[in-house]
Amino acid sequence: MSLPNDIPVTTELVSEHGLKPEEYDRFVNLIGREPTITELGIVSAMWNEHCSYKSSKKWLKTLPVTGERVVHGPGENAGVVDIGDGQVAVFKMESHNHPSYIEPYQGAATGVGGILRDVFTMGARPIAALNALRFGSPNHPKTRHLVAGVVAGIGGYGNSFGVPTVGGEVNFHPRYNGNILVNAMAIGLADANGIFLSEAKGVGLPVVYLGAKTGRDGIHGATMASAQFADDADEKRPTVQVGDPFTEKCLLEACLELMASGAVIAIQDMGAAGLTCSAVEMGAKGNLGIELNLDNVPCREDGMTAYEMMLSESQERMLMVLRPDKQAEAEEIFSKWGLDFAIVGKTTDDLRFRIFHGGTEVADLPIKELGDEAPEYDRPWTQPAPPKPLADSDIPRPNDYTEAVLKVISAPDMCSKQWVWQQYDYLIQSNTAAGPGGDAAIIRIDGTGKALAACTDVVPRYVDADPYEGGKQAVAECWRNLTTVGAEPLAITDNLNFGNPERPEIMGTLVKAIEGIGEACRALDFPVVSGNVSLYNETNGQAILPTPAIGGIGLISDLGKRCSLDFKTDGDVILLVGGHGSHLGQSMYLREVHGLEGGAPPPVDLEKERRHGDFVRQLIKDDRITAAHDISDGGLAASLADMVLASGKGAKIELPASNPHIALFAEDQARYVVTCPPGQATGLIAEAEAEGIPVPKIGTVTGSGLIVMGSATISITMLRKAHEGWFPAFMDG
Amino acid sequence: MKSAIVLFPGINRERDMFKALTAVGGTEPKFVWHTESEIPECDLIVVPGGFSYGDYLRCGAIAARCPVMAALRRHADHGVRVLGVCNGFQILIEAGLLPGALMRNANLRFVCKHVRLSIENSSTFFTLGMSVGDVVSCPVAHGDGNFFADPDTLERLEKDNRVVFRYAEGSNPNGSINDIAGIVNEAGNVVGMMPHPENMIEPLHGATDCRPLFESLLNAA
Repeated sequence: MSLPNDIPVTTELVSEHGLKPEEYDRFVNLIGREPTITELGIVSAMWNEHCSYKSSKKWLKTLPVTGERVVHGPGENAGVVDIGDGQVAVFKMESHNHPSYIEPYQGAATGVGGILRDVFTMGARPIAALNALRFGSPNHPKTRHLVAGVVAGIGGYGNSFGVPTVGGEVNFHPRYNGNILVNAMAIGLADANGIFLSEAKGVGLPVVYLGAKTGRDGIHGATMASAQFADDADEKRPTVQVGDPFTEKCLLEACLELMASGAVIAIQDMGAAGLTCSAVEMGAKGNLGIELNLDNVPCREDGMTAYEMMLSESQERMLMVLRPDKQAEAEEIFSKWGLDFAIVGKTTDDLRFRIFHGGTEVADLPIKELGDEAPEYDRPWTQPAPPKPLADSDIPRPNDYTEAVLKVISAPDMCSKQWVWQQYDYLIQSNTAAGPGGDAAIIRIDGTGKALAACTDVVPRYVDADPYEGGKQAVAECWRNLTTVGAEPLAITDNLNFGNPERPEIMGTLVKAIEGIGEACRALDFPVVSGNVSLYNETNGQAILPTPAIGGIGLISDLGKRCSLDFKTDGDVILLVGGHGSHLGQSMYLREVHGLEGGAPPPVDLEKERRHGDFVRQLIKDDRITAAHDISDGGLAASLADMVLASGKGAKIELPASNPHIALFAEDQARYVVTCPPGQATGLIAEAEAEGIPVPKIGTVTGSGLIVMGSATISITMLRKAHEGWFPAFMDG
Repeated sequence: MKSAIVLFPGINRERDMFKALTAVGGTEPKFVWHTESEIPECDLIVVPGGFSYGDYLRCGAIAARCPVMAALRRHADHGVRVLGVCNGFQILIEAGLLPGALMRNANLRFVCKHVRLSIENSSTFFTLGMSVGDVVSCPVAHGDGNFFADPDTLERLEKDNRVVFRYAEGSNPNGSINDIAGIVNEAGNVVGMMPHPENMIEPLHGATDCRPLFESLLNAA
């Protein structure tokens, strides 16, 4: 990869850089000459899908991004929302899919490192991390290796960095066999007046390089992230970066000290496409040019070319514009933390991105066109075929209800993920009020009685069957999970993982999913404040399930008014907010018990979703319910099993006699299981009915197992064995 | 009670410890940076948890050789109480202030969970408020907590009643020999333990089981 700057740019080189001939022509027209190899590298990094959002931008613009609490929406390193008392929450989710498939430990670790950096670049101290992971079939020979590596990598980075990893999802499906998904989310806390942005300000000011040294790792990572895999994926290992959480922890402390000192005018982390992307971003946003002298870049190895330095994705690095009078103070902070501090350039007023190396100019490009004026496509797309809803008669009864419940709760997608999250330090910082395993995690805002709730959600099989309803459902479920713990949902970050957008049917899925997400966000006042798009998730032409992962945060104003899913007291009445369901299309029950994957996913009635959710949240605020759990994958049966297992207390349930299997396993939305003391049930039900919300009483907390009258009697031991047994057995197998 | 928390780059549970000492003890500990050659006069020095120097060479090995450790050793020799938690325990062992070794967890995986911890010695400055046989819930969060010692050392530790904490039956998360979770030095003023009592002191943590440990510090001082 060591390329001198004067080698000629051939058609092959252009193609190897992932640029389409028409994109290259556009670039040549723009600069009025053939580019140097360094310039070709730079434009390929800036104009690839990962950095430019060229296929998705048109549709992303349709998402609602503003709201009462939104301080900064998409376009910054992370979204910023007001949480009152002069504080803001800063959060984002980002994918690291391709690297994690090639080298699971480092791929996942640097995914976590990257998202943490996005958050603290803005001046926020990370207070929680979450992740959404999708692996191939458990039977695929690579799956176990990938699970072990990804989980160890996430833990290895987050634990050492010192952020609690408090939640997430782990799913399996054969459509991820050749392309797993690793989506990492981070949440930080900052003072409202202490937010830092990447927009450079002021001409002739020093541009400073901070953090770790630049090496040859990760060159062309962003280009790889914008291409499909073939069978030679392993040969791409050199494009994977190597993480150093120790340096990142030092970088965090140094950056926060530096920001407090008043030395920082603008700051940007070096993530995808490293020095190139960060410098262009700062200049383009600030309507300034940037001039870099690569001779001053701290390098890990000798003889690195300009091309390599500009495209290296070495981790734990930052670029900032410095207030010149603070230089000595800034340098002292970085030397205290043992990190590099080097002035590598300056801001200019000519809107050019100029790079010098060894005394010669190796690149001179227009900065706006590289950055915020990159190409944008309106790719052709086809309307996805509407799925056919199932009739009740299409839904077979189980031979044995006990066996069916156990099959559902022990399915790889449904079983306890304790094996995974016990490898994450979810307690560090002393503020974890609810860790992994509940509807949403709860993190206290240090020194206050407030907390943030957070979760990630999407049901890819729903999105595959009906992208529009599936997109709505992902947002609705996230909103519902936050509601279930008593939080006021604030905003989301979306991580859109799809296949090749140049295929109209894939593009159609993306378009409709975004439409559904937007619809739900508007109806629920739940704006999108940050996000990431990962396309080309395909191997040998086989695309992943469309997976728009939604990460949401909510605010709990009074920590005393929160709710958990474990049953509290024997004799409490079990109520089903939203009433019995009827939809089993795309359900866990059909897939796991009968091996059927057909039908339409449950439709999402957003008005109902909001009304039911607001009702439940108010019950929690008024301290009227003792436990709450939403209904999603696996239906009522799975929710009840979770509640029994979390508390060690049993439940006796009575269901409609006609079709108990439908009542047990339907995945209809806008529903919750809640409990309340027996004396309060009647009043609560009447109030709900007055608001048009069906709330049948379905049973009582009693005994020590799950009894469904006339259908199943399942001891807690059996439930536990089924739910908690699968994962460790799989990993040891 | 005057206390100091020693800081190395990569330490990350110093705020948790700071909060616990402040909440229970009522006074804020002082932070002492690893390059310092002196530690201010105090009743207690804490080496908190984390990943000093990234745990890159061997957990605690680099920190154990930092300038501040000479000062810590002087204070310890003069009877100042020293508490090492998790990485702090590893550092005290690497510095030779406590015997034994902490190896990679038996299942080779990092583990974060609540364990049941049995109090084996209630005469140390950190367990005065407890009784022998008390069992408390306490979280662990480590990848290298598998305590090991050669047979002679182990026999001395057991015979001299220097095992302070043991994982209660069925609770050993890492393969530690004799279920050892924490020990005290011969002089009785240096305690090291793998679990994190600082994360179990208020209702938000699920229980306040480990608060009496911090209260013991006040009685001891």
